[in-house]
Amino acid sequence: MSEKLIIADNEFSSRLFVGTGKYSSNSIMEKSIIASKTEMVTMALRRVDLNDGIGDDLLSHINHDHLHLLPNTSGVRNAKEAVFAACMAREALGTNWIKLEVHPEPRHLLPDAIETIKAAKELVEKGFVVLPYTIADPLTCKHLEDVGCQAVMPLGACIGSNEGITNIEMIKLIIDQSNVPVVIDAGLGAPSHAALAMELGADACLVNTAIANSSDPIKMGEAFHWAIVSGRMAWEARLAQKPQGVTKATSPLTSFLNQ
Amino acid sequence: MKNQSFNDLLEPYDWDQVTQQIYDKGERDVIQALSKDRADLEDLKALVSPAATPYLEQMAQKSQTITQQRFGKTIRMYVPLYLSNYCSNGCVYCGFNAKNKIPRKKLTTEEVLAEANQIIKLGFKSILLVTGEDQRRCNTEYLKEIFTLLNPIFDTISIEVQPMDTEDYSILKELGLHAVYVYQETYHQKSYPDYHAFGRKRDFKYRLTTPERIAEAGVHKLGFGALLGLEEWRTEAFFIALHLSYMEKKHWQTQYSISFPRLRPHAGNFPPQFPINDTELLKLICAFRIFNPYVELTLSTRESAFYRDNLLSLGVTSMSAGSKTEPGGYVKENKELKQFEIEDARSVEEVVSAINERGYEVVWKDWDTILA
Repeated sequence: MSEKLIIADNEFSSRLFVGTGKYSSNSIMEKSIIASKTEMVTMALRRVDLNDGIGDDLLSHINHDHLHLLPNTSGVRNAKEAVFAACMAREALGTNWIKLEVHPEPRHLLPDAIETIKAAKELVEKGFVVLPYTIADPLTCKHLEDVGCQAVMPLGACIGSNEGITNIEMIKLIIDQSNVPVVIDAGLGAPSHAALAMELGADACLVNTAIANSSDPIKMGEAFHWAIVSGRMAWEARLAQKPQGVTKATSPLTSFLNQ
Repeated sequence: MKNQSFNDLLEPYDWDQVTQQIYDKGERDVIQALSKDRADLEDLKALVSPAATPYLEQMAQKSQTITQQRFGKTIRMYVPLYLSNYCSNGCVYCGFNAKNKIPRKKLTTEEVLAEANQIIKLGFKSILLVTGEDQRRCNTEYLKEIFTLLNPIFDTISIEVQPMDTEDYSILKELGLHAVYVYQETYHQKSYPDYHAFGRKRDFKYRLTTPERIAEAGVHKLGFGALLGLEEWRTEAFFIALHLSYMEKKHWQTQYSISFPRLRPHAGNFPPQFPINDTELLKLICAFRIFNPYVELTLSTRESAFYRDNLLSLGVTSMSAGSKTEPGGYVKENKELKQFEIEDARSVEEVVSAINERGYEVVWKDWDTILA
């Protein structure tokens, strides 16, 4: 049995977070979410009916007792908009958890570090549990931790790219240095990518495109579940290391001990 | 480059030369364009060239893959609300041409509300306001009034009206303006006056630099394109792509949308000089998607139900449904007031079920003005 993930005193049995975009229907999305055994589901606030949260079609499909809803601020372009969106989410959905996403550039949706840190600070002060999507920069992650974020969510590659972890050295540094859970948030395209992230010591992964865009999102949701479980177990079991090519010196350096 | 307007950038280009360059592209150029991860403007020329025709299937497959990766299996829905068909321009291809002897109407606030209520019943949460270009009747003051009226009803309000100054866009943005659509109609500067006999629209440069003014006002989303049928569509495609590249680099925070309207039958019937057939329009859409994975591509009810159903998985990401192209049309149809005849006359429900049948989900809401 693997250790449970804890964020802001909340325990999660699953270390897989999933998104709700790009599915061909809400019903397939729901089945895929169930199959993935996730307990944390994020959805774009801009897609939800803020006036009629209960009647919203998307929300009605993720309204399960075991699912923790994590609204995100996708689409906002600066700290001001992000803070406003988070407050709207708290009011409309009754949760103070927010996945902070600030991406002013609409093509690659790269997170803006400066505005993200600014928004995170303000949201923490307003009592939010802030999980920020960020570029995989170890210092940005430390700043986010310093302003009170309860986790950091660095990207593995560009969102929706399915490239896997293209910045592995930075991800390793972030994991090494972080005092809060590290959730690898974007670019994971295959269960093996997620398994690798977990083997590196990531605390969790967030996956959307790789599941939603597969030919069988329900089966792929389950595949990611097993990859996460397996990667985490491997991390806890401590991977055997590659032999380092041990050589025998012709003039032993320690032979003096026998003198 | 940094402070150059698109008008300056366009200056050295020669229409006929670009057309020739496109027609000179060969099979090898097409294969190269299809093999690359990121297509550039030269690749776009190859993909719209006659040499690409035998590769249409490969183009469609690549376009589908790229679109699904970015947008998933979703289609964003929109609907136009025509506020007025008064127009002071003399565009030879448009039913609203000031010279056309058609009944004219501008909706009162009560009529706008009645239309809005009908549209909400159809399932829409966002609205595209359309007017003829009439500075006197449908100016910023009138639009301000309409915005105040509709802001509490719709999640986002977009407009397709006469080009305005940056200041006007800024005023409307404060009142909830989300997106602006403005079509250059043709990038062929020399022939542009032939299609625009009189009125403010005759000013090619003012219209051409409108997207820049919209972006400067901080408007979230911006749509543009050309009216297909006026001039050689392949060359139009190149200039739209050039314009898009320019805008994306200069105004990198703005979201872009490109539409491919084909000239439709209308009052004062003007036949397309350079018609684009179904195969060619598909080629154009796929070429554009391969050229730019991020841009929203729109296909309106100008196209037939059969054609739209088949194209919805091949690169398009946004569609209208149940559209009425005359002021007051949602409450009571009035053929005489129409801008043009639509081709896909199915109800919203029918369009949505056709989209679902193809394994796609409809997106009614993609932004909320309240968030900005």
